[in-house]
Amino acid sequence: MVDKLKSKNFNGRALVMIAYILFLLLPIYWLINMSLKQNSEIISVFSIWPKNLTFDNYRTILTDPSWYMGYINSMIYVVENVIISLIVALPAAYAFSRYRFLGDKHLFFWLLSNRMAPPAVFALPFFQLYSSIGLFDTHIAVALAHTLFNVPLAVWILEGFMRGVPKEIDETAYIDGYSFPRFFVRIFMPLIASGIGVTAFFCFMFSWVELLLSRTLTSIDAKPITAVMTRTVSAAGMDWGVLAAAGVLTIVPGALVIYFVRHYIAKGFALGRV
Amino acid sequence: MEKTVNQRAWLLVLPVFLLVAFSAVIPLMTVVNYSVQDTFGNNKFFWAGLEWFSELLHSERLWSAFGRQIAFSAIILALEVPLGVFVALNMPKKGIWASVCLVLMALPLLIPWNVVGTIWQIFSRVDIGLLGHTLAAMGIDYNYTRDPLAAWTTLVVMDVWHWTSLIALLSYAGLQSIPQAYYQAAKIDQASRLDVFRFIELPKMQGVLMIAILIRFMDSFMIYTEPFVITGGGPGNSTTFLSIDLVKMALGQFDLGPAAAFSLMYFLVVMLVSWVFYTVMTNMEKADTFHG
Repeated sequence: MVDKLKSKNFNGRALVMIAYILFLLLPIYWLINMSLKQNSEIISVFSIWPKNLTFDNYRTILTDPSWYMGYINSMIYVVENVIISLIVALPAAYAFSRYRFLGDKHLFFWLLSNRMAPPAVFALPFFQLYSSIGLFDTHIAVALAHTLFNVPLAVWILEGFMRGVPKEIDETAYIDGYSFPRFFVRIFMPLIASGIGVTAFFCFMFSWVELLLSRTLTSIDAKPITAVMTRTVSAAGMDWGVLAAAGVLTIVPGALVIYFVRHYIAKGFALGRV
Repeated sequence: MEKTVNQRAWLLVLPVFLLVAFSAVIPLMTVVNYSVQDTFGNNKFFWAGLEWFSELLHSERLWSAFGRQIAFSAIILALEVPLGVFVALNMPKKGIWASVCLVLMALPLLIPWNVVGTIWQIFSRVDIGLLGHTLAAMGIDYNYTRDPLAAWTTLVVMDVWHWTSLIALLSYAGLQSIPQAYYQAAKIDQASRLDVFRFIELPKMQGVLMIAILIRFMDSFMIYTEPFVITGGGPGNSTTFLSIDLVKMALGQFDLGPAAAFSLMYFLVVMLVSWVFYTVMTNMEKADTFHG
């Protein structure tokens, strides 16, 4: 009987989902459409699919170092950021989930408050800070700057997942003679593996999509793809085709990452708190 | 879970503390420093006291940017929260289609923000965009570079496109945690669909929904990249939100003093609202563990 009820509701529900997903995909389709056209066609003819299919725009990007280095630079600082965030957030989240200590609640909100800080506020001070210590235009500067909002988020998510692990496991391990580091790496981390995956996903996401700080902190050597794109827009008219192709290529890494964590996405988006 | 008191836990928190102190406290102190000084160039600074603050609090520019910011955050929350919940209620519960929906819905979240801007620029331009072209063909006068209303509509629709999925995914996670037995009990009681939503689904979603609203409020309140790419704050100043105005002031005109004072007040407002949310949220979590 439950099945019958479901099938009656099915059409309405499917319709809502199809409409919503169409709404999401239509602008992305248009971007892909543009990326497969020549500029002359984009400007002169309005068509909902490419008349003269061309991959020239992609060829331009993948053969020109000033373009493709942007992707490599972005990847480097995103990966560095994920590693740094996880290494410092794991022990801290464990402490928050297991112990009460002086100022713990204040510390937790203070951490979270950095997630709330508008990057625009930090753009200029960061520029001066990293210039003064000689890190301007390096990948590590961007990675460190992004820890500002990624570390608090990582602590928050990991704490949610760790809270779900019963404390008895810790105690048993200590009785069995495990030292804290060995227990943490050998027993505890495998237990929250999905939480670590989800955290890495979120750190990847927020570091990958950010523009303001990464643009402010780099000029040539570490310039991210997002900054390469905005600067090309203002120069030499509008190269819509290449711009669209560059946009499509920035979606690819994200799509791959989503595919790998698809089973944990729902729980992950609830920050482990369900 | 019962937590034990252990002051040595500070050692575990220390790395985070040092890192965040380095990347948050030092820059923030620079900001505080600038906010109370004036300069005539040459790196010579003079004590200015609270001059910048009082000047800003009386400036038309700040208040109108603030008003636009509040309006923007309010509009997108009013649209995204109900829509997100509605989508979550209609998502398939399990199976291959649930995975497909999850992956497709998460897609906009992983697109760099300036690319989101570019996508909507290309999509809604009258000459080359599907949306702009279609509207023009229908005889609707729509040009987001000239008409403030069109610019606002574009930004709001773009934000709904970009972030509704986050709310939907969070609500979905909340819904997934409801045991099937609850629904069966509701059916025995002959509860209507509305009652099921009101008394079973909404309470279970409450916690995650608060997280969603908190995150969406914070992020929409700091929105910079997308309007920067699409409208650049225009036409006129009609879409100059707080962050755009601040970046103009700090990195464009290099007005360090006012920009710093602006930054501090901006930060305080975000903190204050977020603190209220956070307190409500943690209190709800506590109430949950007591009763549930």
